[in-house]
Amino acid sequence: MSTKQVLFAGFGGQGILFTGKFLAYEGLLSGREVSWLPSYGPEMRGGTANCSVILSDTPVGSPIVTNPDILIAMNLPSLDKYEDATVSGGQIFVDSSLIERKVKRSDVEANYIPATKLAADENLTGLANMIILGKVLRHTELMDYKNVGRAMAKIVSAKRKNLYDLNLKAIELGYSYE
Amino acid sequence: MSEKVLMKGNEAIAEAAIMAGCRHYFGYPITPQTEIAAYMSKRMPQIDGVFLQAESEIAAINMVIGVSSTGKHVMTSSSSPGISLKSEGLSYLAGCDLPAFVVNVQRGGPGLGGIQPSQSDYWQATRASGHGDFRRIVLAPDSVQEMVSLTFKGFDLADKYRMTTLLLADGTIGQMMEPVSLDMGEVTKYEKPWAVTGTKGIRKPNIVNSLFLQPEVLEKYNIERYERYKTVEENEVMYEEYMMDDAEFCIVAFGIAARVAKNAIKQAREKGIKAGMIRPITLWPFPKAALAKAAEKVRAFISVELSMGQMIDDVELSIRCKKPVILCSRVGGMIPTPENVLAALDEAGKIGG
Repeated sequence: MSTKQVLFAGFGGQGILFTGKFLAYEGLLSGREVSWLPSYGPEMRGGTANCSVILSDTPVGSPIVTNPDILIAMNLPSLDKYEDATVSGGQIFVDSSLIERKVKRSDVEANYIPATKLAADENLTGLANMIILGKVLRHTELMDYKNVGRAMAKIVSAKRKNLYDLNLKAIELGYSYE
Repeated sequence: MSEKVLMKGNEAIAEAAIMAGCRHYFGYPITPQTEIAAYMSKRMPQIDGVFLQAESEIAAINMVIGVSSTGKHVMTSSSSPGISLKSEGLSYLAGCDLPAFVVNVQRGGPGLGGIQPSQSDYWQATRASGHGDFRRIVLAPDSVQEMVSLTFKGFDLADKYRMTTLLLADGTIGQMMEPVSLDMGEVTKYEKPWAVTGTKGIRKPNIVNSLFLQPEVLEKYNIERYERYKTVEENEVMYEEYMMDDAEFCIVAFGIAARVAKNAIKQAREKGIKAGMIRPITLWPFPKAALAKAAEKVRAFISVELSMGQMIDDVELSIRCKKPVILCSRVGGMIPTPENVLAALDEAGKIGG
C-alpha cells in the first residue's frame, strides 16, 4: 500500500480521536510516514468529532483527509456528510446500531457492525470505537493484526493494564465478528 | 534521542523550548494553543523550571520582559486575540532590545473570531504588533518536525540578535500529530553583558529601558537597531523550493497552506501543469531574492493563504509586480483544498503571459 487516507467520524466522547491515535502509532512503529489531525467543536462531549489519519510510504502532504479511502462512520450525520466524499472503490464502515440506513453508493465496499450494541452486550461500554476498528483491520491492510498489542502499549500506560486488556478484547471482538 | 516519537505540534513546541534551555514559561490559556501551557505545567516542575499561569496575556508578556532582562531564556504563547493583548509588551521588548520567544497558534478573526485554523495574523506578525519602528523574526513551521527545529532555532536567533522571535503557527499544525525527532544538538551560549544580574558591588549597574526622552539619543538607538535588522535580512532568510526547476507557475504558501499546495502541485503535474512552490520559512525576513529570481522565469504567482490576502503584498513587493499574482484563499477557519489551488492554477494559465 502506498498511501491510505482514513477518516474516523462521529460524536465527541465516542473515542474517535483515540482510535485514530492507535492507528497513527502503529504506522509510526512500522516505520511509515503518518499524520493525525483532529477536528472538533469547542465542547468535549456531544459535538461532532472527526479524525484524519494518513499512512503513507512517502512524506505526507496535506494532513487533511477530504476524500477518504476508508471512512468509519459512528453516527448518521457523519455518514451523510462523508459518504459522497469517499473515493470510488473505497471502503465505508458503519456502526449499524447507531445508523439505521445503508450505504447508498454502489462503487464502494460497505461493511456493517453493530459496534455500540456489541459493546453494551459484552460489558465493553465506551469501546465501540475499538470494536469497529477490529472490523476495519479485518477488511483492510492498514496494519498487521499481530501488531495490535504493541501499538496499544504505546497509548495505554502500563499502569492501566485493565484498560489495555479491555481495548484489545474489543478489537478482537470486532475482528472476529461475522 | 534519535528514535521518533508521535507528538502534537503544540506539545512539540513546548518540548523543543525546554531543550533550547527555556526554564521560564508564562501564559494564559486560549484555544488552539492550550496544549503548550498544559505541557509546560507538567514538565517545568520536573526540571526545576517555572510555569506560571498569569492573570492575563498582558501580565504574561510583562513577566517575559522581566525574565529576559536577566538574560535567561523565556517564552510565552497565545493565539490571535491574546497576541493582540501582548502587543504593548512586544513593542517594549523591541525598545529594550531584549531576546524573547513568542508563539502565535493562529485562529480565525477579527475579534474573538473562531477557534479553527487561520493565517490572518500575517500582517500583525510581520508588520505591526506594537507601536514604533521595529521588526521581529517570524518563523512559519509547516510540520510538527519544524515546530521542533524552528522553536530551537528561534531561541538562538533571539539571543544572537537581541530580538523577539515569533513562531507563527496555525491551529492545524498545532493540533496535528506527526512523528518527530527531538535530536537538536547543542544550545549555543551567548554573552549577555547587558543583563541585569546583580552588580555584586563590582561593575556599573545595567539598565534595561525603552524610554529615551532626548530625540538624538532615541534616533541613534533606532538606527543602530535597523543596522542589526539588516544583518538579519542578509543572513537569516529561510525558504524551501519545491519542484521549481522547470516551474511555469510559482505557488507561494506557508504553514498548513503549503502542505495543501504540495498535494495540489502533485495533482497539477499529473495533468501536465508545471507548478512549483516557494515556501517562506522566515516570513520576516521574507525570501525576496528567491521570489525575484523566480519572477524571471515563471508566468504567474499564486499566493495561497488562510487570510483575505495579506502575504500577497510581500509577494508583489518582492517581484516588483513583474508578473501577475493571484490570490487563492479561504478564511474564518476554513482551509483551501487542493481543488481550490488547482482552480487558481487554471486561472493563472489563462492570464499569465
